[in-house]
Amino acid sequence: MQPTISWRSFRMAAWLGWLIESNWTDPFLFAVYSIVKPISGAAILVVMYSIISGGNFDNAMFPYIYLGNAFYIYVGAVMTGVSWAVVDDREHYKTLKYMYIAPIHIPLYLLGRGVARFVTGSIAVFITLAAGILFLNVKINFAEVDWLLFFVTLILGVVMLALLGLLLAGVTLTVARHEGFIGEATAGALYIFSGAIFPLDVLPEWLRPIGYFMPTTYWLELLRRSLIGNVAEIFPTLAGFSNLEILGVLFGLSVLFGAVSIWVFRYCDAIARERGLIDRTTNY
Amino acid sequence: MSNSLAIETQDLGRIYKLRGSRKETRKELVALEGVNLKVERGELFGLLGPNGAGKTTLIKILTTLLSPTSGWARVAGADVHAEPESVRPRINMVSGGESSGYGLLTVRENLWMFSQFYGVPSKEANERIEALLAMVGMKDRMHTKSSDLSTGLRQKMNIVRGFLTEPDVLFLDEPTLGLDVGAMRDVRRFILDWLKADKERTLLLTTHYMMEADELCDRVAIINKGKVLACDTPTALKQRLQKDALFEIQVSPLNGLTQQMLVDQPEVTKATLTETETGANLSLSLVEEAALARIINLFTQKEIQVMNLRKREPTLEDVFIDLVGRSMAEEEKSGSSE
Repeated sequence: MQPTISWRSFRMAAWLGWLIESNWTDPFLFAVYSIVKPISGAAILVVMYSIISGGNFDNAMFPYIYLGNAFYIYVGAVMTGVSWAVVDDREHYKTLKYMYIAPIHIPLYLLGRGVARFVTGSIAVFITLAAGILFLNVKINFAEVDWLLFFVTLILGVVMLALLGLLLAGVTLTVARHEGFIGEATAGALYIFSGAIFPLDVLPEWLRPIGYFMPTTYWLELLRRSLIGNVAEIFPTLAGFSNLEILGVLFGLSVLFGAVSIWVFRYCDAIARERGLIDRTTNY
Repeated sequence: MSNSLAIETQDLGRIYKLRGSRKETRKELVALEGVNLKVERGELFGLLGPNGAGKTTLIKILTTLLSPTSGWARVAGADVHAEPESVRPRINMVSGGESSGYGLLTVRENLWMFSQFYGVPSKEANERIEALLAMVGMKDRMHTKSSDLSTGLRQKMNIVRGFLTEPDVLFLDEPTLGLDVGAMRDVRRFILDWLKADKERTLLLTTHYMMEADELCDRVAIINKGKVLACDTPTALKQRLQKDALFEIQVSPLNGLTQQMLVDQPEVTKATLTETETGANLSLSLVEEAALARIINLFTQKEIQVMNLRKREPTLEDVFIDLVGRSMAEEEKSGSSE
């Protein structure tokens, strides 16, 4: 395949995705929504934590929950964003068949559609973190932040989430009903098994292996460690592993999940062509 | 395969497996069966048939959207199933009767985006967009959001999207469906102008409008229930019936006369009968013109008055009736009730 085809598929999809994501008639409303939504989500957790802990915000559990929840925004934004493009183009805009007959690389097109969701997700993560630091006593010492680890982990995780989105996009192609919920359901399930708001040790022993197999578990742990390094000392789940070891596991699982995602997408794509599902509209 | 062929199919078939409830066994729907077609480069080829005949299924296979279950098809020299990447840069498609497109983008943005997916240089794409929009009378709507367009204008925008990439083979699936008479005329003229501009361009058009196929197409394949029943120029198809004399007769109430009674007459080769409020309209195909006298005599015996009588030339509708045994409208009705 020519590199120009890959690039134009990705670039134009990112352009289109941004126009769709930023399509707010009133920019003021867009700004309010961008700020209020992530802060409201975080505020619910803060209130719950406050009631359970009796208002003890100095406990290490608080930044654990807060940071896990903040970065989990990327899971919903990027992973669901990529798979949602199938629903959007097929059901809403009725353009998926025209994309499919165009000389583009469909997986890269779908990944490109996720770029805008990454940008809006990043804004939401930034606002949530800023609110936590400014108003909720989330203590991050910027002089001690391991920026290299942070950005390497962030980029690796976003790529991993985008590839997981491709897996969901493949499944979405083959499903007639409820395809809109596939992304949300998966993001919800991962929320429980990724140590986003509680350590895996809280789960029953027989459920923990699911969490250990999820790359998101290691991704969130490394993001926390890069920002507040003392987390590993307090929570025993991955305390025995160094940052480099966890990064290695994250990389390995990302490659594994990425390869599986590409295979699943290709398989589902072939199924969709066989069954005539690419241009099907269900009006659900 | 000869290089002069834009489209070639051999024993092409498609069976859909329909899912019922868990207790039911899977049913099979034969959408296409043993389709053999050869379309030359530069041809405007029509697929004519009622709704559900298999036209759209055939287009979906030829545009790489759907896999065939038997046979093979080549478009622009490449196998649509084995080499879809070779087919796609050389084709495009427009489906009528739908309002596809990104409503939040302007007409120009929608068209420009698709041109970029096909690798058309941006400057050239903008020039083509302007020229094509002018041809369909939409230049003044270039900067209108496509969600603000009427259905007809949106369909015209989609037609421009199909032509914009200058494909070697263009598939138009019912392009005038749902358009008003004026817009239909514009689109048909646009299609002919586009083909005239380059003799290498090939266009496959599906329609269930007889007149459209007759007026536009170099050759027409009549398709029904997934099978190609005939394929020739419209003139040659109609000449098959030229030996028969065709009459349209408007009569008073039928007084017990039935379509079967007419068909049973030795001189009648085909008869269709539609009852109206004042009587009935008959369409008769007779072995010779002189046989009309005996039919009139039959009317007299039944005390049926002839209110209007007209001899006419055969149309593609007559060809369809000759091949299928009933009109396209009747075939659509029976298809939907089956």
